[in-house]
Amino acid sequence: MISIRETHFDPWAELQAYTDKLSIKGKYGATGIFVGSMRDFNEGDDVTAMTLEHYPGMTEKYLEKIVSQANQQWPLLDSLILHRVGNIKPDDTIVLVAVWSAHRASAFDASRYIMEELKSNAPFWKKETLSDSTRWVEKNTTG
Amino acid sequence: MSINVRFFASLRESLGKAEDSFELDSTNTVKDVWSRSTEGADMPVNTLCSVNLEYVDPEHTVKDGDEVAFFPPVTGG
Repeated sequence: MISIRETHFDPWAELQAYTDKLSIKGKYGATGIFVGSMRDFNEGDDVTAMTLEHYPGMTEKYLEKIVSQANQQWPLLDSLILHRVGNIKPDDTIVLVAVWSAHRASAFDASRYIMEELKSNAPFWKKETLSDSTRWVEKNTTG
Repeated sequence: MSINVRFFASLRESLGKAEDSFELDSTNTVKDVWSRSTEGADMPVNTLCSVNLEYVDPEHTVKDGDEVAFFPPVTGG
């Protein structure tokens, strides 16, 4: 499932609810999870808030493409991507990626692949609020 | 032919518009759409382009009804 969220979400509650409904119980031996949340600092400055903009339609399409590419490389049984947009605060969750597979290598590698592709290519943009100004984040950190 | 244009993030703010729409002759590229919409401004070197929600090269030829978008490097996740 791929979902863009305009309001705060609890990644652990979402993961629990999604896992409860999985029809592949007993088939997977590994769940790979990445949760990204907002820091209150960036490039040496305090960051008090952030606005996440995206390109509706293209974002979902691109995330589907990433999942499709991951499925071609690893034998995934299911996957989940949730991503926030709108106004967020430090400690809010920005992204949740989860993948399910029979063995751990696929779960580790596919979750990393999905996150790296998302950060490099999915059309989201962050604008930070500092103590007395705002600024667009010009590029993501290398990892 | 009719072209719809969208700008996002810092490009939207610097150009002062989120959308544009106009008629163009055939055989125009994405780069031509940028020039028409920005009155000949230079395209920032790191600008990304898409047509109908797919990444394309600035030399990509547009067709009637296309949605062309311009945006800076992405910073999600």
